[in-house]
Amino acid sequence: MAKVLPEMEEYQYGFHDPDIAVAKLDKGLSRKTVEQISMMKNEPGWMTDFRLRAFEIFQQKPMPTWGGDLSELNFDDITYYVKPTEKKGRSWDEVPEEIKRTFDRLGIPEAEQKFLAGVSAQYESEVVYHSMRQDLEKMGVIFMDTDSALREYPELFKEYFGTVVPPEDNKFAALNSAVWSGGSFIYVPKGVRCEIPLQAYFRINSENMGQFERTLIICDEDSFVHYVEGCTAPIYSTNSLHSAVVEIIVKSGARCRYTTIQNWAPNIYNLVTKRAVAYRNATMEWVDGNIGSKLTMKYPSVYMMEEGAKAMVLSIAVAGRGQHQDAGAKVVHLAPNTTSTIVSKSISKHGGKTTYRGLASFGPNAKGAKANIKCDTLILDDNSTSDTIPYNEIMNDDVTLEHEASVSKVSEEQLFYLMSRGIPEEEATRMIVMGFIEPFTRELPMEYAVEMNRLIKLEMEGSIG
Amino acid sequence: MSKPDFVIRNLHVQVEGKEILKGVDLHIRGGEIHAIMGPNGTGKSTLASAIMGHPHYEVTEGEILLDGQNVLEMSVDERARAGLFLAMQYPAEVPGVSNANFIRTALNARRGEGNEIPVLQFHRRLVQKMKELSIDPSFAERYLNEGFSGGEKKRNEILQMAMLEPRIAILDEIDSGLDIDALKIVANGVNQLRSDNIGFLIITHYQRLLNYIVPDVVHVMMQGRIVKSGDAKLAEELEAKGYDWLKQELGIEDETVEVEA
Repeated sequence: MAKVLPEMEEYQYGFHDPDIAVAKLDKGLSRKTVEQISMMKNEPGWMTDFRLRAFEIFQQKPMPTWGGDLSELNFDDITYYVKPTEKKGRSWDEVPEEIKRTFDRLGIPEAEQKFLAGVSAQYESEVVYHSMRQDLEKMGVIFMDTDSALREYPELFKEYFGTVVPPEDNKFAALNSAVWSGGSFIYVPKGVRCEIPLQAYFRINSENMGQFERTLIICDEDSFVHYVEGCTAPIYSTNSLHSAVVEIIVKSGARCRYTTIQNWAPNIYNLVTKRAVAYRNATMEWVDGNIGSKLTMKYPSVYMMEEGAKAMVLSIAVAGRGQHQDAGAKVVHLAPNTTSTIVSKSISKHGGKTTYRGLASFGPNAKGAKANIKCDTLILDDNSTSDTIPYNEIMNDDVTLEHEASVSKVSEEQLFYLMSRGIPEEEATRMIVMGFIEPFTRELPMEYAVEMNRLIKLEMEGSIG
Repeated sequence: MSKPDFVIRNLHVQVEGKEILKGVDLHIRGGEIHAIMGPNGTGKSTLASAIMGHPHYEVTEGEILLDGQNVLEMSVDERARAGLFLAMQYPAEVPGVSNANFIRTALNARRGEGNEIPVLQFHRRLVQKMKELSIDPSFAERYLNEGFSGGEKKRNEILQMAMLEPRIAILDEIDSGLDIDALKIVANGVNQLRSDNIGFLIITHYQRLLNYIVPDVVHVMMQGRIVKSGDAKLAEELEAKGYDWLKQELGIEDETVEVEA
């Protein structure tokens, strides 16, 4: 049956390359699919059991009825595992030509040469390329794909895997736990600071593909790491699913920053569970940019477990035609003098919809805890909408909670002012939008800020009627 | 470059269906400074906004020509690129957009694609102009007008004017809210630009600005029309005697047509 292409705005990563997969499971999900994945990966028994248990939980849990519209998501119409190549490249030359061409077009090797300490590139279900600077390796930093980590560091892996986001957490966490493949595993030893970002890049190429990467980051005491991920996919007439789980453990005195620039094609369901636990005086920062996808439901969370832990969630969401960004943050204060900051900026245009959904929770022990939440929305036309849905749970009376929310339109006075200096309307609008998200772009590494501005520029093209 | 030539003929302007300007005529040539004076609510700021093309102001009759080109057919940005500049009474704040970035974008829009000003050259020029206007260098990276004091906003308008080098500059109550030192700096900025390549239209309540910027022609506006024109002496006379003698002379009882903010 012919399907109407979703109307979409300019999406420059919408190309797809020939399918060269060496192994691909049939569509649909069953106990057998889960067993097959585990078998092909030659996993230890405990992981197979973990997957099967997660699959049962997935089957039992109902679809969420809140958030976005999931009615068109058909679990039987998705391919759960695609192995694109037999082996993973350590040098660029070892990567199969077709895949290399894809990443060349996405600018990955260039970026690596210029400013990254390590790069991982995932194509469909598996990481196809991986490299890391030797100096970091010597300091004991582990950065590899999650499947390799399970083989090479089984004890470390088992100690932390599934502890931050258990399969019971939600239906999509259960799904990921059952069929996960790829993702990044990072361990930063005590006191080691990775001053240059580590990056992973996730690419979906096949139609009706499900990508279920699983990322686990452990920052040992007083360490620092900045991890950056980018995502794209081709445009097909049917939908694909990206359902990742990210677990982060930030031990005392450590700091972790996790930056996402997600630019999925407008036919991707992006349903991701991202959560960190932060211990004494540790800092967790989520910097989360959501530009594409059909529907994103993502609420990066920080559980502040011990005194003095800090959380920051800085996010932007841009929703265009046919898109819904249901995004936000969760900060859970479980110890005294913990502090959190949430800054959410969303832009809706061409009938797009943005929802900020957030939780600020203060447990009985969170004396002196503080949360500051700021949600700003910019609506570019009358067809577009925005919602702010904050939840607060306060279980002791010694907390400070500030919440500010604003909704604005590009003001006529601002436009008139910029245009009165000779700047054309389209460019003037773009400047106002860029200015609006500047608090976000300012936090990105320079090269990403440039890329982000370029993406927004593309998004804004044709925004003026 | 030929001298700018700016003509307004029989300009009628409505705001929300109410006629504010009822036939204004003006002719400004390069090298000239025209001042428009008049009490509050007589249509002065309406004239400034209508010339620039603010969407709230509807021109119902008359014409505006810059160097023979029909300004009324141009969009706001086209007017600016043709050489019009309006220093606003209440410039908008634009968070997240740095002053320097804004001015450079404006300058490049004016210069056109392929003729953009090199970044270093731009910054040298900006720093120089900021120095001349006693503007703190931190202004360059501050967000456009955000958190600026009234005086800072006014100086920033003059800075933009100095950078963009318009052919016709309209200054809408640039003196309001300025202390005497800031007034001198702003006046000095205008005087430095004064040449045959630029004509000025200065709108003000008070004569004191005109002590520092001596106009060639002074117009008085009442009831949405220019009711009297003269040389710089007219401004002094108005300062000394107020507007009442003029109202009597012209037989005007209520001079206002609008409620100005």
